[in-house]
Amino acid sequence: MRRRTFLKAGVAGTVLLAGAARIPAAAARAADSMAARGLSSADRVVVAAIAPVMLAGALPAGEAKAKAVASVVDGVSQAVAGMPPATRRELGELFMLLDLAPTRRLVAGVSRPWPEASVGEIAAFLQAWRMSRLALLQSGYHALHDLIVAAWYAQPESWPPLAYPGPPEV
Amino acid sequence: MAISDPIRQGLARGWKVTDASRLERDLALEADVVVVGTGAGGGVTAEILTRAGLTVILVEEGALRSSSDFRMREGEAYPELYQESGARKTLDKSINILQGRAVGGSTTVNWTSSFRTPGATLAYWQSEFGLTDLGADALAPWFARMEQRLGISPWTVPPNENNDLLRRGAEKLGISWGVIQRNVRGCWNLGYCGMGCPTNAKQSMLVTTIPAALDAGARLLTRTRADRLRIAAGRVAALECRALDAAGTDLRPQRITIRARHYVLAAGAIGSPAILLRSRAPDPYRNLGARTFLHPVVVSSAVMAERVDGYKGAPQTVYSDHFLEQAPVDGPMGFKLEAPPIHPVLYGMTLQGFGAGHTALMHEFAHAHALIALLRDGFHPESPGGMVGLRDDGSPVLSYPLTSFVWDGARRALLAMAELQFAAGAKRVFPVHEQVADGYASWREARAGIAQLPLVPFKTRVVSAHVMGGCGMAADPRRGVTDSRGRHWHLDNLSVHDGSLFPTSIGANPQLSIYGLTARNASLLAEALARRRAPA
Ligand SMILES: Cc1cc2nc3c(=O)[nH]c(=O)nc-3n(C[C@H](O)[C@H](O)[C@H](O)COP(=O)(O)OP(=O)(O)OC[C@H]3O[C@@H](n4cnc5c(N)ncnc54)[C@H](O)[C@@H]3O)c2cc1C
Ligand code: SF4
Repeated sequence: MRRRTFLKAGVAGTVLLAGAARIPAAAARAADSMAARGLSSADRVVVAAIAPVMLAGALPAGEAKAKAVASVVDGVSQAVAGMPPATRRELGELFMLLDLAPTRRLVAGVSRPWPEASVGEIAAFLQAWRMSRLALLQSGYHALHDLIVAAWYAQPESWPPLAYPGPPEV
Repeated sequence: MAISDPIRQGLARGWKVTDASRLERDLALEADVVVVGTGAGGGVTAEILTRAGLTVILVEEGALRSSSDFRMREGEAYPELYQESGARKTLDKSINILQGRAVGGSTTVNWTSSFRTPGATLAYWQSEFGLTDLGADALAPWFARMEQRLGISPWTVPPNENNDLLRRGAEKLGISWGVIQRNVRGCWNLGYCGMGCPTNAKQSMLVTTIPAALDAGARLLTRTRADRLRIAAGRVAALECRALDAAGTDLRPQRITIRARHYVLAAGAIGSPAILLRSRAPDPYRNLGARTFLHPVVVSSAVMAERVDGYKGAPQTVYSDHFLEQAPVDGPMGFKLEAPPIHPVLYGMTLQGFGAGHTALMHEFAHAHALIALLRDGFHPESPGGMVGLRDDGSPVLSYPLTSFVWDGARRALLAMAELQFAAGAKRVFPVHEQVADGYASWREARAGIAQLPLVPFKTRVVSAHVMGGCGMAADPRRGVTDSRGRHWHLDNLSVHDGSLFPTSIGANPQLSIYGLTARNASLLAEALARRRAPA
């Protein structure tokens, strides 16, 4: 019936597809199957780069930080895996857009590969999508926001700074 | 103290429960009635029909979980107990929708607030949809019956601070407020109703009507998705179901076919219309899936000087209907004010911003006070609600246009909540909107700021936990999908018994409306089926 997945939503989708035209079909198919359950290794790299910016000031400092980021990546992957197939497909398209260099540059405005991107560059990308007038980019921002925020605040390690004691014993 | 688990005890007693994620081959089953969905409508239906001596099969796409599984952790509860892990959204992704997906449906995770259908709503249904047999007097005994069945009574324990702030703010402003009735027995006042009640105090369908039906011999299929009705000659000939995997998200090859004398859809709003759409059920006047309502919710957060600890103590125990009563039901959109539970994941996802700004708000977590305004949709030509459609894979999706009529209500709601929060002593107020960074320090500042806010999708957080409509009732088949008894206008042996029946939103939290209406309609159905069986 009505098909309107992440990439195909409206005008923005057309722009994005034009930009992504150089993506080989095989890569697109791979993204489809990678999103079949949790995050692919390429998706994990993206989340690992974005999470410390999304959660600036919330993650522990020093050595504990890498562990916290890894736990957020795992949490996001689990959350994606628990979504129904249609949502997984849409998230797969969002991550494909961020994974692949041409669309990362064009649509996210991040010039270097994710592990090398600066905090400022990533924050600018998030802010641009958040304040964009295109529904597609705003919804992409909110998907990342909700997945990453949920993955962190589900963990007991995030609770002490909130002065949240955790659930009571029954 | 060990809490006894009525579900595990029932299973040990020999309840007939089949988890389709472990099914090895196809199944063919028969019963007098098959009920799809085990939430508010399905639970009440199953109990009443089994009591009447009918054989019943219950079909539920969620899993059977119980108090021993409910560990009050958001990270577990949302994926296990909610549709789409709690991340269901409208088609354009601008509204987040919370619905349950488990045995007990949304009642397993709901917040226990119980209101009878408001008189103004029933009067509107009478005048606009001809539902003359659903007046307040006619329904009163059904509400009373369900209130008794589910322990619904006013909450006499003092409200938690988050709710008391609503009371104090309302008193300061001289607007009306009330104490909410709850469906609980022996509630521990923990505040984790949204993650499944760990003490079985909440009188959800999971611990009341469904155990009663299973004890009376009903059969329950879990992780089983009702796919479509097979329709022939104006009747339903069979229900075709698919087995789901252990995660409850993906199809397995096994199929389950159920034949029954009568079919009841209680898969909830979005869910029930989706089954009828997949079945290509007759819909000559294009009512199916239309007029789906949400009580769109806008949120206002505040920081208080003292701790609020909004995660603790029963949620939603105080309300104000003042802003529902300022105009006629079909005038500018009114709204109900309530104080929701505040837990880290849901609160963090809801709050605006990212990085340092978001973290700063989260660090005020223990001092956070939150109010929600539930907008009463569906009573005005400019509030026609949303439309359920199907994706390629047959899964349902709701499109819900946020019209300027809705935004007008949303703006008044954000203003009203900010004023009330300042009256209750808030230090700062943060309407949940992406362009409110540092919040407002005074009512005067908030009033000026909120007046200027661009209220548009995504910038303004809009959520819903009350999906209604899509299989609306009407006395005239041109206006609705079913009649006032929930009987499908074009299929003889099919009824709808859930929140999708409502021709408008309720204007109050909907569970008791569903319980009462379903008790009536299931009783009428039981009589009709008994008559048909009796020798002529
Ligand atoms: C977090 C939350 C808090 C709430 N708080 C309150 C409150 O305080 N007070 C109040 O009055 N209301 C509250 N509600 C709303 C209330 O619980 C619902 O309106 C009510 O339960 C709806 O009843 P229903 O029978 O229509 O559907 P549901 O109770 O949602 O049940 C529908 C069931 O059908 C199943 N289903 C769907 N499709 C299929 C299919 N194809 N095959 C098989 N099974 C299927 C679903 O998994 C679900 O279990 C809340 C809801 C939520 C989510
Ligand atoms: S507040 Fe009461 S009903 Fe809610 S989870 Fe706690 S004990 Fe159960």
